[in-house]
Amino acid sequence: MIRDLRTFSRRHLPLLLLAAAAVTLTGCFDHSLYPQSTLSPKGDYAEMVDSLFQTTVWYATVVFILVEGGLLWAIYKFRGKPDDAEPKQVHGSTTVEIIWTIIPALVLAVVAVPTVKTIFDTAKVPTASPDGSQPLKVEVIGHQWWWEFRYPELGITTANQLHVPIGRTVDLRMKTVDVLHSFWIPQFAGKRDVFPNRETRLWFTAKATGEYPGACAEFCGIQHGRMDFYVMVNTPEEFTAWVAQRQADSTLAPTGLPKAPAPAATDSVGVATVPVAADTAAPVVLAAADPKVAEGQALFSAKGCIGCHSLNSVGAPKGMLGPNLAGIGTRKMIAGGWLPNSDENLHRWIKTPQAVKEGVLMQVPEMTDAEVDALVAYLRTKQ
Amino acid sequence: MATTALEHTHVAKRSTLVEWLTTVDHKKIGILYGASAFLFFLIGGIEALIIRAQLARPDSTLVSPEFYNQLFTMHGTTMIFLGVMPLSAMFFNFFIPLLIGARDVAFPRLNAMSLWVFMLGGLFMNASFLLNAAPNGGWFGYAPLSSRQYSPGLNMDFWVIGLQILGIASLAAGVNFFTTILNMRARGMTLMRMPMFVWTTLITQILVLLSFPAITVALIMLMADRTYGSSFFSIGGGGDPMLWQHLFWVFGHPEVYILILPAFGIISEILPVFSRKPLFGYSAMVFSSAFIAFLGFGVWSHHMFSTGMGPLADTFFSLATMLIAIPTGVKIFNWIGTLWGGSLQFKTPMLFALGFIAMFIIGGLSGVMHSVAPADLQQTDTYFVVAHFHYVLFGGSIFALTAGAYYWWPKMFGTMLSETIGKWHFWLMLAGFNLTFFPMHFAGLLGMPRRIYAYPAGLGFEMFNVMATAGAFLLAFSILVFMYNMWVSARRGVPAPADPWGGATLEWTIPSPPQEWNFTDEPVVAERDPVWGMKRAAGVRTLPEPTRSSGQGIHLPGPSWWPLVVSVGILIFFIGFMVKKSWAFPFGPITIAGFLLTAIGIFKWAYEAPDANAPKH
Repeated sequence: MIRDLRTFSRRHLPLLLLAAAAVTLTGCFDHSLYPQSTLSPKGDYAEMVDSLFQTTVWYATVVFILVEGGLLWAIYKFRGKPDDAEPKQVHGSTTVEIIWTIIPALVLAVVAVPTVKTIFDTAKVPTASPDGSQPLKVEVIGHQWWWEFRYPELGITTANQLHVPIGRTVDLRMKTVDVLHSFWIPQFAGKRDVFPNRETRLWFTAKATGEYPGACAEFCGIQHGRMDFYVMVNTPEEFTAWVAQRQADSTLAPTGLPKAPAPAATDSVGVATVPVAADTAAPVVLAAADPKVAEGQALFSAKGCIGCHSLNSVGAPKGMLGPNLAGIGTRKMIAGGWLPNSDENLHRWIKTPQAVKEGVLMQVPEMTDAEVDALVAYLRTKQ
Repeated sequence: MATTALEHTHVAKRSTLVEWLTTVDHKKIGILYGASAFLFFLIGGIEALIIRAQLARPDSTLVSPEFYNQLFTMHGTTMIFLGVMPLSAMFFNFFIPLLIGARDVAFPRLNAMSLWVFMLGGLFMNASFLLNAAPNGGWFGYAPLSSRQYSPGLNMDFWVIGLQILGIASLAAGVNFFTTILNMRARGMTLMRMPMFVWTTLITQILVLLSFPAITVALIMLMADRTYGSSFFSIGGGGDPMLWQHLFWVFGHPEVYILILPAFGIISEILPVFSRKPLFGYSAMVFSSAFIAFLGFGVWSHHMFSTGMGPLADTFFSLATMLIAIPTGVKIFNWIGTLWGGSLQFKTPMLFALGFIAMFIIGGLSGVMHSVAPADLQQTDTYFVVAHFHYVLFGGSIFALTAGAYYWWPKMFGTMLSETIGKWHFWLMLAGFNLTFFPMHFAGLLGMPRRIYAYPAGLGFEMFNVMATAGAFLLAFSILVFMYNMWVSARRGVPAPADPWGGATLEWTIPSPPQEWNFTDEPVVAERDPVWGMKRAAGVRTLPEPTRSSGQGIHLPGPSWWPLVVSVGILIFFIGFMVKKSWAFPFGPITIAGFLLTAIGIFKWAYEAPDANAPKH
């Protein structure tokens, strides 16, 4: 019985192990539990990388089983007793050594071919999407510790939540305004670092709608751990609607009412060093239906929020210190793409940013809970 | 005078403390290296445990983000520069002269200086914790985050200056062991008769001598940027952050081999002895080590695939990296070939050596996965990489260093370590190690970036992190078992014979622990594995126990204070660059004082007779 088992395992153990490894890598993961996984690609770039990785894993698994198996076999087979006679003294074998130099070289050569092919395939930013449409240009700008996204062709700006249409290639041109960061959406593409003095490129084409988390992958200071973002892959219709909504930001009142004339006072909070010209020049609405919203709107200027944050997606000034807040009312996350966007969290974030995200660069003046609530109510209207 | 009180061969009335502070004996220096490196290793381990405790749960707030960043920066820096490198240096110091049949290293006082500079540099860097200003920019110190603008505190000053000091220790030791191995070998020990550990040590020193200048230059430039406002790495003045990455990794990749080649050597000493069979393919082992070291200088940019260097550069560094797998594979196969047909004796050193091979294979394979550049774009800066390099640096280097510790402990201290406790140590460490680091492969592939102080719930990282944390504490427990073993051995260990394992190399022909002059009669070597040859010629399995001699007529260099003085001078000199300067001249009084102390120390050292203070015979 035991001998049977031993023979069985001797014959079939490698196969069983191989199967176990395969199951572990592909089968037993319920991919929906791992939204940031590199193993469930949802775009063409990531699919190329994943298939290359899977190939490598297979070779590695076979090599692993053979070599570890050989090691264990040698340990088992040649176990000795202290008083055994001296074993045969072998100093080497040129033939054997040449063989085990050549075989790994061949295996590596087999891996090298698809590697080089994929390097060149992924390096080229496509000039057209798979469906023939023009790729969507997006400028990615890294900040300590949030991401800015600009759509130069659409004239809109957003932050920490990137919207893209399904099936259309996205052509990313990336920079940073401070230290190095690395832009990473595991389900769409590999990482790409961003530099202050040169533009780096990355691209992907999303194949499934949904919400996909991304993260900064290059250590960038105290809040590197909280520099996340989301990619929203929309249907073309949803995307068009979203773009229209963003483009309409500056012409809509918070409640959807037509805008009232601009007020006179724009520079009451002493933020003259920040380029806020575009914002302050834009018409600001006083006539909100809800008095709390109106109070929040006033506070947004009075407490200096407007010094760093633009609420306009269109014509948003470059060089703003804080993330663009257009559409903040319905964003999935706040505080750099990781804190769920509930009223309670938003309140805590505005009131005590240092407690929520130690070291964050946002400066807020002292505010009462009522004032913060008013600001939250106002920001909620920014759909 | 001749004395038979051989434990106290320093005849002059020197206190124990003075004796150790002024020693130039390579064995004492080795023990000091080992003791201080082990202490730093424990500090680095505690840092790791706090990191693991923090990551046990999502959105954890056990430590602050700032402290977390200090912890992982210091964990990496400590384990590399204050743990693995000086633990290897312990074996270089204690055993290279013994393995080549020499009475000391080529430059005994320079050797002492290396030790003190290392120790002071390590203490200096850790002292930053007392100021709550430990380095926090990562062990790689990428610009522009490491610039004064983005790291205004003293944190990165401690890092820049600490590494600069440690670099001096490494370079001095590199010169010393390079010279020692090339010039001080016993008669008859040709290069191709050297024990494999001597070969890998020689190659390691070449790597040190060629790669440390790159980091030294980079650190001087960074220090100038931080202290004098130059712009080597900041774009404001026309500098380029990429320059730092290239300089750092031109050093950083050879550094990987500086950490692993001594481990290869230790394993290549242990396997033959416990297989009772010579190393399989000695020449191939020598040339593969050299080839690995050579290629190690041509692959640095595989740490930088994500910077977007372009497809040609990616292809070059991808293929060059794959090439390294070939000589590394040859090593693994030759080790298995050494076992093949042997009579394996599963003593604790052998268990750790076998554990090394098994774990290193895993680290090697994940290394090949990283060489596949497009796949690396997904894996770099994730926990997959953390898993990979712990399999080579812990599963590799630390397992090998532990194997070496069990193997050579009897020679160093004259008592045996307990085999029973040793086996507990091995199995606990193997289990704890794999439980800690294997799940990290999955965490990384499932998207968990490195160096994050917290991760949100809902991304599926929880289970793997719980496993890793549990494993880390098991691993820490195994280190406690090791410490208990050392304590038992020191208290009531069985006295070790000269040759407890049936060794093949010269250190086993002399008493345990060795006398200060190592070899009473200088050995003559006629073949590889010379001691096996002697035994075979005499027809015995163990040579008769050597007698302790009076050492009459043997001249050894005398103790000296000057290496320690010079080391203190170097430390003060560098600290001067940290102090905020309120004077126009770039060097402040502290720097000048340190410079003067160093200069005086070197002058006095140069004019001190080599055997001043030496015991007279």
